[in-house]
Amino acid sequence: MEFNVNSPVLFLIAGLIIAVVLAQSVWFLVKAWRRGIEIGMGRDKLRRIASTAAVFTVAPAVAIVISVITLAKDLGLPLPWLRLSVVGSLSYETIAATNAESAMGLTFGQVSALTATQYVTIASVMTLSIMVGIWLVPLIGKKLQNGMISLENRDKKWGNIFSASMFIGMISAFVGYVFCDFGTVFSGNTAGLVPPLVMAVSALVMCLAGLAVKKLRWRWIADYALPISLIAGMAGAIPITAWLG
Amino acid sequence: MKKNLSYMDSVHRDGRIWNISVMIILFLFPISVGLIYHALPDWHGFLLGLIATAPMYWAVAVVETLTYVPMLGAGGSYLSFVTGNISNLKLPVALNALEQAEVKASSEEGEIVSTIAIAVSSIVTTLIIVLGVALITPLTPVLNAPVLAPAFAQMLPALFGGLGVVFISKNWKIAVAPVLLMLVLFIFVPALNAGTVGIMVPVGVLFTMGVSRLMYKRGLI
Repeated sequence: MEFNVNSPVLFLIAGLIIAVVLAQSVWFLVKAWRRGIEIGMGRDKLRRIASTAAVFTVAPAVAIVISVITLAKDLGLPLPWLRLSVVGSLSYETIAATNAESAMGLTFGQVSALTATQYVTIASVMTLSIMVGIWLVPLIGKKLQNGMISLENRDKKWGNIFSASMFIGMISAFVGYVFCDFGTVFSGNTAGLVPPLVMAVSALVMCLAGLAVKKLRWRWIADYALPISLIAGMAGAIPITAWLG
Repeated sequence: MKKNLSYMDSVHRDGRIWNISVMIILFLFPISVGLIYHALPDWHGFLLGLIATAPMYWAVAVVETLTYVPMLGAGGSYLSFVTGNISNLKLPVALNALEQAEVKASSEEGEIVSTIAIAVSSIVTTLIIVLGVALITPLTPVLNAPVLAPAFAQMLPALFGGLGVVFISKNWKIAVAPVLLMLVLFIFVPALNAGTVGIMVPVGVLFTMGVSRLMYKRGLI
């Protein structure tokens, strides 16, 4: 059989694997939903959590589709479709594909036709390099969870501060990342201002949503405040980039 | 005699079975393509590619597991490490849902909230990607339109603006030191950029925990 990066058989294999992963999500969703009802969380509360998560996911998922399109230029559609539906992220997949291609003397973004050998090599590197998280969580996940619970049982107040510290530590790294090109402003390049301004637009919209909930009692906004601020920030990026960068 | 498992124990049992199964199934892609087309990997290219890629991502995965599992809850962790896109999608979805429901990830309610949010997010992502792949020809010019490019390029700042304001305003005493540290590091150390932010997350988490512990011991928080 002659090899083609967009061969129907590759779509079939990728589709089957994605179906298994989709089944895992459905399994855990049903399990958690049933348990939520059992312990009296109420269907309305669970529906609100699910619908907020669904709405929030749309914009990032569209960005992932763009990543699939980017990688498809070299790798065809099935492999990026699989990689970005399971485990991966754009930054990882691009680096893994670039390293695997350059190891075989190819240049990422300039590949016209891959042989089956090259394709299997790239797919193997992409698969093997990101496998650690999948087996490490089953290995140490329970111990980590139990550690958290016993810490909270020993000292409830410190347990709360400990949880908040983890979230704040993660968020502070991303806040820092938003300013990573800020230094270019000192040499007259205003493009470094774009990410902080986009973040400011999103933060402002979140504050306005908070005000609308408190002052106008528009409680429904609380459920959708994060997706609204995300879309507002992304929309704001268009004129801000045209202006500064 | 059949042992009665608690809900949490059953989540760990199911998660282990699913994750190990998915891991094996993922290897089937390169293996089955190789078998169908009678092609072995180019071992030289494979080794060079692996050496260039794996050590960094294996180290990042270990650190991410230690950092993210306590935040995601059990079911959310098993799902997130299989479906990927953790820091840019699954973790914000889970944090927002926990905040909305006013519960902690380590409680049973928090476990349920986090799992539902991450499972729904994974399902929606998968379906949107399927739609995108099916409609790739008409969608490509739209999604690659230059006018939309800045919006998608600035997704992370737009995401962490909204999320940051919620968490930082509620924990501002804890947040001052790590935010200042990260600002200084990212502005003045050129090596820190989009590619290294994943490594800086555990640095931020450990630093924040250390500062919080000091403040807590001195009765400042």
